[in-house]
Amino acid sequence: MTQDKKNIPFYEFVGRFAEDKDKARHLRQDILWPSIKAGHTLVLDFTKVEDITQSFAHALLSELIRETRGEALDLIYFKNCNKTVKKIINIVVDYMTGD
Amino acid sequence: MTKVRHLPPLPRIPVFDVIIYFSFFYRDWHQNIKSLTFTGIPGIFRVLELMKIHIPNSVWLGNIDPFLRSFDTSNSNKLEISAHEQWISVHPVVLSMVAVLGLDCKPEDVAFPNLEAKSKHYLERMGLFRLLGVESGIKITEHEPSGRFIPLTQIKEVGTLEAFIEDVIPLLHLKPQQAQPIRYILSELTRNVFEHSQSKTGAILCAQYYEKSHTIRLGIVDRGIGIKQTISNAYPAQNDTDAIKLALSPGITGTTRRIGGTAQNVGAGLFFIKSIAKTNRDFFMIYSGNGIYKLLKTGLKQKVRLYADPLRDKHSESNNLPYWQGTAIGVDMNLDSPEEFNDLLSIVYDVFQKTIKARRKEYYQKKARFI
Repeated sequence: MTQDKKNIPFYEFVGRFAEDKDKARHLRQDILWPSIKAGHTLVLDFTKVEDITQSFAHALLSELIRETRGEALDLIYFKNCNKTVKKIINIVVDYMTGD
Repeated sequence: MTKVRHLPPLPRIPVFDVIIYFSFFYRDWHQNIKSLTFTGIPGIFRVLELMKIHIPNSVWLGNIDPFLRSFDTSNSNKLEISAHEQWISVHPVVLSMVAVLGLDCKPEDVAFPNLEAKSKHYLERMGLFRLLGVESGIKITEHEPSGRFIPLTQIKEVGTLEAFIEDVIPLLHLKPQQAQPIRYILSELTRNVFEHSQSKTGAILCAQYYEKSHTIRLGIVDRGIGIKQTISNAYPAQNDTDAIKLALSPGITGTTRRIGGTAQNVGAGLFFIKSIAKTNRDFFMIYSGNGIYKLLKTGLKQKVRLYADPLRDKHSESNNLPYWQGTAIGVDMNLDSPEEFNDLLSIVYDVFQKTIKARRKEYYQKKARFI
């Protein structure tokens, strides 16, 4: 755990309600993918994000999980998620990993 | 043997400066009243086809069918809107449908004859005149604290949705846990319009709080290509109702046949929303093309069971309604739900996941062969 972690403050990108799938795609393509391909650890910081839709979480994570056969999850930490955000992220992760 | 009369089509004759009603002379040709009018440009004439729509005093999802059968929207570019003379209290999906039909017309081609003050006041508050660019002649200046509603709004660009939701949810004066499902539903349904419908007028929506039933009712409507055309990109649908049922099934999306969906679509949105309504014992309605699917309320004495197959839910359906170009969705959301939103999502997701697993198993039927 000595490796540097890149913090992504989601509130700055999506505000209180993470629902914009275009923003999710942007985050995935331009921020998450390059870091993961480089083997860097990411902290997706959901501080102040109150809600998230399943569609947003799916657009953000599903391709990463599918194309790395789940290994992307080893490089991602989800920080300061409230109950609903945690639930929806778990829904998408479980769905994509077949749990 | 009945003799069949083959009548010529309605002649489209230019007429100057006047509107001529053909209801008497040409009633054999068309059910709706037709009119012609001069556009003001010499030599160019528009054929205006008048549609009349009457807003009854009370329409909710449970009794909406007669209203949906009361008008035919084909080829209408002149609209006459009337309303019950005493008072009106209608589901937001009704107002959204009326509004989107009005947006198909020019403001000068929308008329509100004989509208009584109470109805006019209600329609003014809900923003119908403003949206259609029609002068109502009344101004509401008083502050009405009991008004908990999202007025009729046209979302033309999906990029404005996030800010819109942020702005309007406070208008409903909800507790945070009550706002969560409403925000969720607003987002998912409106995004569907932009991702699938190809609607030129975007999405029209409104919502209202009903004190007596302690319910938020929401309507989202578009005039796009409809569910059948969208879903048919990936799955064959016999008719509009079949297409709606496919769209309500977990993991089915018009964007791909791949189980698990694409990065952008997984086929969960409508299933989740219908299931949230079911868990909450509420109504939910989708009307598209000639088809309607309506989830009926689950009685308080009955146990709520979620099904992947929408046919197993207590519902009504029809495939012979007047054709609606696009999709109209009505949702009720009772605010007394005992379930927290994330618990509700767990319940819904459990059914979703089991269905997808079963579908994967069915799809990959191959087994190892040992010799």
